[in-house]
Amino acid sequence: MTALAGTGTLTRLALRRDRLTLPVWALVTGGLVASGPGSLGGLYDTAAARAELAASMTANSSMRSLYGPVFSDSLGGLVAWRFGTFGAVLAAVASLIVVVRHTREEEETGRQELLSAGAVGRRAPLTSALLAALALNTAVALLVFAGLAGQGAAGALALALAIGGTGMVFATVAALAAQFTESARLAKGIAGGALGLAFVLRAAGDSGDASGGSALTWLSPVGWAENVRAYGDERWWVLALIAAAVAAQTALAYGLAARRDVGASFLATRPGPAAGRLATAGALALRLQRGALLGWGAGFLLGGLVFGGMAEGAADLVGDNEKAREIFERMGGQAALTDAFLATMVSLFGMLAALYAVGAVLRAHTEETSGRAEPLLAGSLGRLRWAAGHLVPAFGGAALILLAAGLGLALGFGGSYGPVLGAALAQLPAVWTLAGVATLLWGALPRAAGAGWAAAGLCLALGWIGPALNLPQAVLNVSPFAHLPKLPGPEPTWTPLLALTALAAALTAAGLAGLRRRDLQV
Amino acid sequence: MTNAISVTGLHKSFGRTHALDGLDLTVATGEVHGFLGPNGAGKSTTIRVLLGLLRADSGAVELLGGDPWADAVALHRRLAYVPGDVTLWRNLSGGEVIDLYGRLRGTGLDRARRAELIERFELDPTKKGRTYSKGNRQKVALVAAFASDAELLVLDEPTSGLDPLMEEVFQDCVREARDRGRTVLLSSHILSEVETLCDRVSIVRKGRTVETGSLAQLRHLTRTSVTAELAGPPGDLDRLAGVHDLRVEGRRVRLQVDTDKLDPVLAALLTAGVRSLTSTPPTLEELFLRHYADTEVAS
Repeated sequence: MTALAGTGTLTRLALRRDRLTLPVWALVTGGLVASGPGSLGGLYDTAAARAELAASMTANSSMRSLYGPVFSDSLGGLVAWRFGTFGAVLAAVASLIVVVRHTREEEETGRQELLSAGAVGRRAPLTSALLAALALNTAVALLVFAGLAGQGAAGALALALAIGGTGMVFATVAALAAQFTESARLAKGIAGGALGLAFVLRAAGDSGDASGGSALTWLSPVGWAENVRAYGDERWWVLALIAAAVAAQTALAYGLAARRDVGASFLATRPGPAAGRLATAGALALRLQRGALLGWGAGFLLGGLVFGGMAEGAADLVGDNEKAREIFERMGGQAALTDAFLATMVSLFGMLAALYAVGAVLRAHTEETSGRAEPLLAGSLGRLRWAAGHLVPAFGGAALILLAAGLGLALGFGGSYGPVLGAALAQLPAVWTLAGVATLLWGALPRAAGAGWAAAGLCLALGWIGPALNLPQAVLNVSPFAHLPKLPGPEPTWTPLLALTALAAALTAAGLAGLRRRDLQV
Repeated sequence: MTNAISVTGLHKSFGRTHALDGLDLTVATGEVHGFLGPNGAGKSTTIRVLLGLLRADSGAVELLGGDPWADAVALHRRLAYVPGDVTLWRNLSGGEVIDLYGRLRGTGLDRARRAELIERFELDPTKKGRTYSKGNRQKVALVAAFASDAELLVLDEPTSGLDPLMEEVFQDCVREARDRGRTVLLSSHILSEVETLCDRVSIVRKGRTVETGSLAQLRHLTRTSVTAELAGPPGDLDRLAGVHDLRVEGRRVRLQVDTDKLDPVLAALLTAGVRSLTSTPPTLEELFLRHYADTEVAS
């Protein structure tokens, strides 16, 4: 077993390094799902209310595309429906970050070299990363089980295993991605793209099929988690499918890892030009962010095409169900159901675009802390110009990817180019506000810059699951997305758009002012 | 005497780049062996092959009597490695990392020696990785390596970033390791360090070994500078074998001569009558500059 020598020590190293992030991920993901019975139970406290919700939600194709069908109108079943996909996606995101962090990132930084010079087997680094992910997903599953056991142990177990299992599927996807590229950032991008594709496949499948049985859904690991049907007629064999995927991907990753040198990858890095044209801070930042921008843009265009194609059918299925209409409108709809569907999708893209924008702003923070900004700023480049170089691709790039999403939606829908593109751009003030929050944190409180992600994540959670929880409007209003007009729709209201734009500008200006005044984080 | 490291005809390519092109390296057990060459010559690639991090394309490689690829784990328990650029984890302290490296070697560290080395290198082991300077990150890896009881120390430009005082401490540590019978492979660009520490050196260029031997042997293979003032005309020094860069200014002669062809040149000078004579052995710098810059392999 020399190939595994040192696994224990490396696993302890991983857990020690992530002593904060792993518990936080586990608590957020597991705790969110575990809080479901409390929050949903208060809202739908009678069997009749739950049955009505279940019927209306399953009948509605755009609700299904977000959450999947409802398999049981018990309280446990509603929690599994409302939080299952969200929990599985969160567990997958956390898992892929953890695995890349302890495999490719270690190799990219050169730390793996010194570790592997110890009595460390060739399979130990990957094994310890997967064990760290397993620890995370086990903790998530335990929290989910503990929170839901009161609603029936079998369903709780099925949901816990489905969520933890999806986490492990994407942990092993990340393990594969890490073999193919020398860049940890790109490995995370590949694995994240796979997760996005899985989500879109499931959404597209579920929008056309109320039983979760569409072939598209079955192509998606996120769809498998749904098809475990926790609290419905639990289908335990789907868990075996998940386990088989994890095992197959693990074996493949080990096989690939054994066939390459430490630090090398299967996608070779091509040589670059011998002479360069980069002359300005802006050009450099754009060059650094180009890959992310293209990836997000392509993903948004593709996602837009898929969801746009579903919009036509959305109006048919809701029918006259008053409850469905009401909840649907609370989700962001206007009276016209097609518009409401498109508005829901546009707002989903808006919240995702905020993740891009925050990531692009915080890229500047990474440049600073890694020491790469130091020689630039030691030259004739001023701080503001350097910062502007990164903020332009962040703020402008958000506009571009939203346009890509809008274009995809309109193309898929087959018309209304003007209103849909306008609706997509109307998300910008909220996206910019979150980017402004990240800029302010980076500029004024650089040690807390990572909280920019938390702010964007909070808004995403409020937008995705907040409305169904009947949270007070004051809480929902924390998110800038809550203030946007529902577009496409009859009456665009300009006041909130202008107010949010002004707020974003003020936050950004305050952040830049802080950046000018503080020490560089070197 | 057995060999701790024995490499013959090692080849390693990365795509179309031939990083190692038939490299040979022999390090005897118990010696301090200098591993020299210009940037990009293949030193670090060789070391990574020796550590089993890269798989050799072809050639025979033996490390401590084993195969560095197949027996990597067992061999790593017996060696310690210090890279030229140490990267640490932002949120782990230096002391934690030192102990981690020790545990990963499987043998742990000698606590007393660990404490002594931290003292000698003036390292604060409680600081977190992100707050160390380059030199201090280097010290973390050095303390971990010297506090282990490894038979073989593989040091890849280990002193980049150390101040001169710490460089002294480092040299003492290497000498102590040799006195305890340890073997050291030292890749370095600091020639004074190589000169004081190394028993033998190997010089590599473009993936091949161009010279191996003790410094005395290497010196012998290179040129000596001779400056002489003569009583009479110098005669046809040009025609003597091994004479280079001859310059005659009246009765003053300056030339360089292959060290093994010194005798006939001195005889010719004596014939002319010597008023004064200075003969300088090649400096280490000249030795290396010649090997680094030459296009052909020295004989």
